Amino acid sequence: MNMRKLQRIVTRNTFLVSLALMIIVVTINYTLQSNLFELRVLSNTMRTLLPLIILAVGQSIVIIGGGIDLSVGTMVSMLVALLVTLITPESTGAETALAILLACGVGMLAGALNGFAVAYLRLQPIVTTYASSFIFSGIALLLLPRPGGSIPRDLMRFYRSTPGGIPLSFYVIGVLILFWVVLRSTRYAQYLYATGSNSEAAYATGVSVQLVRFTTYVWSGLFTALAAIALALSTGSGQANIGDDMTLDSIVAVVLGGTALRGGQGGIVGAIIGVIILRVIRNIIFFADVPTWSQTLVNALIILAALAAPGLIGLARRAVRKWA
Amino acid sequence: MGVTRLIDSTRIGNLRNHLSPPVVALLLAVLLFLSGGLINPNFLNFQQATNIVRLAAFLGIIAAGQTLVIISGGEGIDLSVGAVVTLGAILTFRLSGGDNNLIWLGLVMACGAGMLIGFINGLGIALLKIPPLVMTLGMTGVVQGTILVVTQGEMIGAAPSLMRELIAEPVVLGIPGVIFIWAAVGIVMWLLLQRTTYGKQLFAIGVNRTTARLSGVRVQAIVTVTYTLSGFLAGLGGFILLGFSQTVFLQLGDKYLFPSIAAVVVGGTVLAGGKGSYWGTMSGALVLTLIDSLLRAMQLQEAYQLIILGIILLMLISVYGRQRTLRQ
Repeated sequence: MNMRKLQRIVTRNTFLVSLALMIIVVTINYTLQSNLFELRVLSNTMRTLLPLIILAVGQSIVIIGGGIDLSVGTMVSMLVALLVTLITPESTGAETALAILLACGVGMLAGALNGFAVAYLRLQPIVTTYASSFIFSGIALLLLPRPGGSIPRDLMRFYRSTPGGIPLSFYVIGVLILFWVVLRSTRYAQYLYATGSNSEAAYATGVSVQLVRFTTYVWSGLFTALAAIALALSTGSGQANIGDDMTLDSIVAVVLGGTALRGGQGGIVGAIIGVIILRVIRNIIFFADVPTWSQTLVNALIILAALAAPGLIGLARRAVRKWA
Repeated sequence: MGVTRLIDSTRIGNLRNHLSPPVVALLLAVLLFLSGGLINPNFLNFQQATNIVRLAAFLGIIAAGQTLVIISGGEGIDLSVGAVVTLGAILTFRLSGGDNNLIWLGLVMACGAGMLIGFINGLGIALLKIPPLVMTLGMTGVVQGTILVVTQGEMIGAAPSLMRELIAEPVVLGIPGVIFIWAAVGIVMWLLLQRTTYGKQLFAIGVNRTTARLSGVRVQAIVTVTYTLSGFLAGLGGFILLGFSQTVFLQLGDKYLFPSIAAVVVGGTVLAGGKGSYWGTMSGALVLTLIDSLLRAMQLQEAYQLIILGIILLMLISVYGRQRTLRQ
């Protein structure tokens, strides 16, 4: 395979660089933590990661469409609060299913609020979703003034299960990727990328830019709801700020996965890889016996280095060209 | 959302065409202050007014750097200001150790550390082409990590008593020192933006980087200087905040981060860059502080305070934070 062909494949599949990075960090992690791939450990790790993975998937759709969603974290808090107040150990199967459906509906509605403000009122995404994050945070506090709730054991056991010897989270990730493959083959995906890369050109060629932008936030709301469901099943209870810190992680994960913040490029596979990289770096620091007080710094420096790497390569390439 | 649409399509929508956003924000601030008197008659007095301006001053100084960064365009935003504010306060706390004679050391180190962090941000953004949001977010982690390594979680030191007297307490005519500092920052920012080559070039790169570069502006240098200035102002903000808070903790500056962006936007500076003013940001800081104080004065539950704050912010943004239509 010649260089040009390779380059084209990489530019078309931006997650490949991140995939290489993920393989490197996972290998380092494995040398430090030999039981990493034991079913129990793998299942535990992926179970705690799944909420952020699902959230980052929603975030990438918004970012590809040229927006950003700073409200996903408090939206998770709000929906977890909703779920743990509705689902109790006495709930029947039908009641539980209804609560989950309701959470999805509320998530999509909250996303629609963001989408309406950004797409139709033409408000700036960063400040709009920042403002709406207060509303969701307030509702979370209203629903769940004190930490609490108890998700039925059976549900939590189901979330921990490993059907066919594979952790449940892998099936979920498989479904997410399948969803993405199907979505990418639709005309909607073309409109999505067109809107994100050049909204004026997309508008000129007849793409309903406003509608596409609106839908990205509805997707984000739906995925936020799914993330909230996973988080509720994982923790079994909730508190009013349980998801607040996930917003920035979801954005960093998307960028680590090779999706550009300016939009029009990237995909959800990168976001999934980005979340895994984030977590594995933390794992490595823990198992490498980095002193407690230095862990935050080392973690931040590695992430910064990973984010700077493409820029450094570009800078080096320009320098080489200047010399050649 | 029906409410915002209604407001937008009627009176304030028309006003928008005649009044610039900073004027609207200032009028809104006065209106909010007067309506505070309706909720609680004690709200309307000189002391309360100076107290609100005093609180707005911290936000305003921190938002000064954010204004420059956002004007510079290229998706410019500085998410590291919260961490730098914390760092500035902790440095002053630790290095002065409560000694009035060592206040200068705290000031120099707080501003210097802020400049260094801003400079690194600038290099990452200008040279390595890392998106500002990600670069400054990454730096936030680095700054917080550094604080943890140096302090080992223990906050040793004290706030010099003189700082409280000069910053938080009335110095002349019952007006706290921080308000004078804010006014000085305001004048310097006005001179910087309107009367210097840097200011002209900053607006130029905010409007269009390619045309700016073709007309001889050293875009990378201006971007780096802008983030350095933002770090400097955040460090200064941290120093001043200590005079008010008297104590430091790891999350001290965090709560100023997003309000600093909101203040800039409410003041009419466009997030896309190339357009804005510091005096708009000052009005924005006043409006945000007033809303906060009013919600507190109403003694609502925290949950309702948050919900109302979110709705008001959305309304403010929709009055004049709108982007142009695609048809134009």
